[in-house]
Amino acid sequence: MGELLELTVAEATARIAAGDVSPDEYFGAWREAAAGDDLNAYLWRAEEGEGGGEGPLGGIPIAVKDLFCTEGVETTAGSRILAGHRPLYTAHAVWRLAGAGAEVLGKTNMDEFAMGSSNENSAYGPVLNPWDRARVPGGSSGGSAAAVAGGLAPCAIGTDTGGSIRQPASLCGIVGMKPTYGAISRYGMIAFASSLDQCGPLTRDVTDAALLLNAMQGRDPCDSTSVGIEGGVTAPSRVDLRGLRFAVPAELAHDAIEPGVREVFETTLQRIEELGGEIAEVPLPHAEHGISAYYVIAPAEASSNLARYDGVRYGMRVESDGDLIEMYESTRAAGFGDEVKRRIMLGTYALSSGYYEAYYGRAQKVRTKIVEDFAAAFDSFDFVVTPTSPSVAFGLGEKTADPLAMYMNDFFTVPMSLAGIPAISIPAGLAEPEGGGPRLPVGFQISAPAFAEQRLLDAAYALEQAIGFDAKPGDRNG
Amino acid sequence: MPRCSLAHGHRTLEPRIRRVIEREQVLHVAKLARLRLSEPEIEKMAGELSGILEHVDRIAELDLDDVLPTSHVVALENILRPDEPRPSWPQEVVLEQAPDPTEGAFRVPSPQADS
Repeated sequence: MGELLELTVAEATARIAAGDVSPDEYFGAWREAAAGDDLNAYLWRAEEGEGGGEGPLGGIPIAVKDLFCTEGVETTAGSRILAGHRPLYTAHAVWRLAGAGAEVLGKTNMDEFAMGSSNENSAYGPVLNPWDRARVPGGSSGGSAAAVAGGLAPCAIGTDTGGSIRQPASLCGIVGMKPTYGAISRYGMIAFASSLDQCGPLTRDVTDAALLLNAMQGRDPCDSTSVGIEGGVTAPSRVDLRGLRFAVPAELAHDAIEPGVREVFETTLQRIEELGGEIAEVPLPHAEHGISAYYVIAPAEASSNLARYDGVRYGMRVESDGDLIEMYESTRAAGFGDEVKRRIMLGTYALSSGYYEAYYGRAQKVRTKIVEDFAAAFDSFDFVVTPTSPSVAFGLGEKTADPLAMYMNDFFTVPMSLAGIPAISIPAGLAEPEGGGPRLPVGFQISAPAFAEQRLLDAAYALEQAIGFDAKPGDRNG
Repeated sequence: MPRCSLAHGHRTLEPRIRRVIEREQVLHVAKLARLRLSEPEIEKMAGELSGILEHVDRIAELDLDDVLPTSHVVALENILRPDEPRPSWPQEVVLEQAPDPTEGAFRVPSPQADS
């Protein structure tokens, strides 16, 4: 049975399709693995499986971030305010996966309403990083990343608003991809920041990411911003990077990246050159303002999206003797955690009379400048590459007292979100954390123009093969 | 841990008055957001929001006069569909999720408290 758990999704689907492995046996093996969750990665696990259906993902169990609505199955978004909430419908992405033959293995823990970079903002306790249980898995899709890295799921899906798939994938040593905004329908994804939220895969390798992406992408009449990827994507097979140009933002020449992360990044750039790729510095002058723009725009949209949690139609209510307003205030005070309150306050402030133009208005203009920076870079380059995260996984509790330090985790992932372009993080090596300790995974981020997912997957695949990252939690110094 | 503040590396920021969100502003915004904050939360929120906004205020220095705002990255045009009635959720199914369903409706406290 242990051998079944070693298979990638692509390998497993082939074995199941050939009749070598029964879907029931495969699902059962994973259900047993998931039952051993000692990372707090799952909030709900399937009691029994039907083994999925027919299709390109026939018989594949999938861990689903608890931000996706699943009909009849508790969906909390990591928040107290939705404890016990059973949605009436299933998110489009999950429905598409089921249509491809996959089956939900469990719902994964996450930062409340996807707000966080460490998974410490979950109302249901933090997720532990399988590489070092005293460290965070990243966030907000921390449960999905830890489940895949920790051998509790063969693959997972998450959502990425400013890095919430890529950063935890980086910190857990797996592949995480944020597709172009609009590639996958947001229908049934509990909204955080609607102009940024996008669903994507967290997998063991690039081939599996392509499989999941292809199953989920497409236009959906229930999300007017979904357009899909024309022609979909196919399994990547490129073996070199000849003729491809990689841009490194010139602003990266500064000192804010952990030395170990920088070293892995530099080594990976060398590998790109060995594979025939060209590398050059390119100015991305407004990317450094990404954090400022993001932490106005995302909270502003969140403050509006989260207005719906008022104790009237669904979710929890705190009864009081007072009037309607008092009920709203009591419910929201008890139902939301600290980070969600902070962002609702920040967003409400940024949208309030007298401050709208100075904050929200200006942030939207900075977003335009960032879009233009990337457009200029892609005039002469195929990809923009950065480290995914400035550091390896940090300690539980290390950054919780300083919200701004926590937000800086998103430094390299937020610009792509604001520009709406696809980006993938692949494990590129191990590095010692600052302050010493066993070595931990480092992610390498590759981004491409909107809807160039195939090109992105092909390049990531070629690089993945050359890197040959095969370290696993437990043999950290391997 | 060093902060990843790449912006510091290549220019000196002009000294300026530090924006501090005062207690009154926190209370005003909390009221707009329908959030009740405890006494310790109010103090903490004022400090944290000030720190974040101080960072955000760097965009005040950029020349953005002729820049159009971006609210959305996908160029979309309105598409119309026929306005035809479709089946929806039965009322009782939707009300199953409500904290206090009453007589086919969502029951809430009175908008005006007894006084």
